[in-house]
Amino acid sequence: VIDDLLRRLAPQVLGTLVRRHGQFDACEDAVQEALLAASVQWPDEGVPEHPASWLIAVASRRLADHQRSEHARRRREEAVAAQTPPGDGRVPELDDTLALLFLCCHPALRPPAQIALTLRAVGGLTTAEIATAFFVPEATMAQRISRAKQRVRETGIPFQLPPGEERLRAVLHVLYLIFNEGYSATSGSDLQRVELTREAIRLTRAVHRALPGDGEVTGLLALMLLTDARRPARTRPDGTLVPLAEQDRSLWDRESIREGVALVTGSLSRTRVGPYQVQAAIAAVHAEAERAEDTDWPQVLALYELLERIGPNPMVTLNRAVALAMVRGPQAGLDLLATLEADDRIAGHHRYAAVRAHLLELAGDRAAARAGYRDAARRTTSVPERRYLDACAARLVHDAPA
Amino acid sequence: VKYMLLIYHNPANFQELPEDEHDAIMRDVDAIVAELTESGELIGGEGLADPSQTKTVRVRDGVPVVTDGPFLESKEHLVGYCMFEAETLDRALDIAKRWPDARHWAVEIRPLMVHEAGTEM
Repeated sequence: VIDDLLRRLAPQVLGTLVRRHGQFDACEDAVQEALLAASVQWPDEGVPEHPASWLIAVASRRLADHQRSEHARRRREEAVAAQTPPGDGRVPELDDTLALLFLCCHPALRPPAQIALTLRAVGGLTTAEIATAFFVPEATMAQRISRAKQRVRETGIPFQLPPGEERLRAVLHVLYLIFNEGYSATSGSDLQRVELTREAIRLTRAVHRALPGDGEVTGLLALMLLTDARRPARTRPDGTLVPLAEQDRSLWDRESIREGVALVTGSLSRTRVGPYQVQAAIAAVHAEAERAEDTDWPQVLALYELLERIGPNPMVTLNRAVALAMVRGPQAGLDLLATLEADDRIAGHHRYAAVRAHLLELAGDRAAARAGYRDAARRTTSVPERRYLDACAARLVHDAPA
Repeated sequence: VKYMLLIYHNPANFQELPEDEHDAIMRDVDAIVAELTESGELIGGEGLADPSQTKTVRVRDGVPVVTDGPFLESKEHLVGYCMFEAETLDRALDIAKRWPDARHWAVEIRPLMVHEAGTEM
C-alpha cells in the first residue's frame, strides 16, 4: 500500500521540485532518496498527514545537502533551504505527470533510455527494480539512467507543457513498450515484469485523465486493458503458451474487457481514428466472441485493412493474412503472405514462418506445415515460443496418416 | 536483444603477433568495453584460462568421466566472451566488426534465448 502511494506521489513530488529549481537530474536523485527514506520510515512511524509535502520537504533538504557540497552553487543553497513545503499542495498534479513524461520520452533519448527514465522518474521504481525487470545487472541500468539524465541536462530540455502532438505519440509508444515488456512474462515468477504491465496501465490512465479527449490515448488504454484481460488464459500452469483460439475464455478478466470495450467504443465514435484505437477495436472483437469459432472474422479483417491504410507495416500485413484466411480460406492468406517474401523486415522473422506454417496446416499441406513450424522454432529467441512451435511440428508427425 | 559475443583465438599465432599488436588488441578491447559501459549496453564478460586448464566432463550411465583438456582438435578455441544488449542486429554487428580479435581470428555473435513470449500467435 505504501509502495503504491509512493509511486503515485513520485511524479508529483519531482514535478514540484523541477518547477522550483530546474536541474531535472539533481532533483530526480533527491526524490529517489526521499522515496527511499519514506519506504523505510513510514511502515514504522506511519504515513504522515500530508505525504506529498513530507516528500517534497525531504527531497528539498537532500537537494540542498547535495548543493552545499558543490562550491559553485553555494548561493542557491540558501534559497533552497528557505523554501517551505507547499501546505495546500495545489500542484497541477496531472500536468506535472505529463510534463515529466514528455521530458523522459524526449526524442534525444533512445527508447531503452526513455523507458528506464520513465519508470524511475514518473513510475517511482528503484533502479534495482527496473534492472530486475529487464534482466540486466543493476550497474548497467544505473548507467543507462544516469546517462539519460545527463543527456536531458545537456540538451536543456525544458520542463513544460504543452507538448506537441509528436511528443505525445512518443510518450504513448514508450508506455506501449513498457506494457509489452510486462505482458511478455510467461511464468508466475516473473513478478517484476507483471509489475511493468500494471505500471504501464497506471501511467496511461494518468495520461488519459489529463487528456480525456485524445482518441489515441483512450485507444492505448483500451488496448492494454483488453490485452491484459487475456493474461490468465495465455499460459498453462507449466508456462506453455496457449494460442488465442485455444484459450479458456472463462478465465478472461471480464471487468477489464468491459472497461476496454467501453473506452474504445466511445472514442471511435468521437475522435479521429488512429492505430491504437484500431488495435483496441480488434482486441474488442476477439474479447466479445464467447467461443473462438464465434469470432467475427470479417470485422477483424476490415479492421486490419483499416490499420494497414493508416500505417502500412509488414507485421500488420502478417496479421491481416490470418484474418483473410479465416474469411476466404487458407489459400487467400498464403497468397497475401507471398507478397511479403521479399520484405527483409519480416521474411526472416519467426512469426512469418509460424503464420505461414499455420496457414499451410489449415490448407492440409502437413509436410510443408511441419517444416515451416520447425523453421519458425529455430528462428525464435523465446523459449516458450520455441517449445510451442516444436510441439506444433511434433503434432503433425504423430498424427500423420500412415 | 541480448547478445553473447564469443571470441576465438588460435594460440599459436597469437604468440607470433608483434608486441605492439598485443597491446593494440588490449587497448581496443578496453575502448569497446568502456564504450559499452558508458552507453549502458554492457552486461558482462570474462576471459578464459588457457585451454590446457580445461576439464571435460561426460556422464554415461550415471558414471561421470573427467578428462583433461579440450577434446576438440580445432585450430581455434574460445578464449572469452562479452555479453551486451543491443537495440538492433546492426549495432551488434558494428561491435563485433570492431572487436580486435576479429582482425586475426573470428568472433561470433549469438542472440540469447529469453523466457518471455510476445503477444499471442
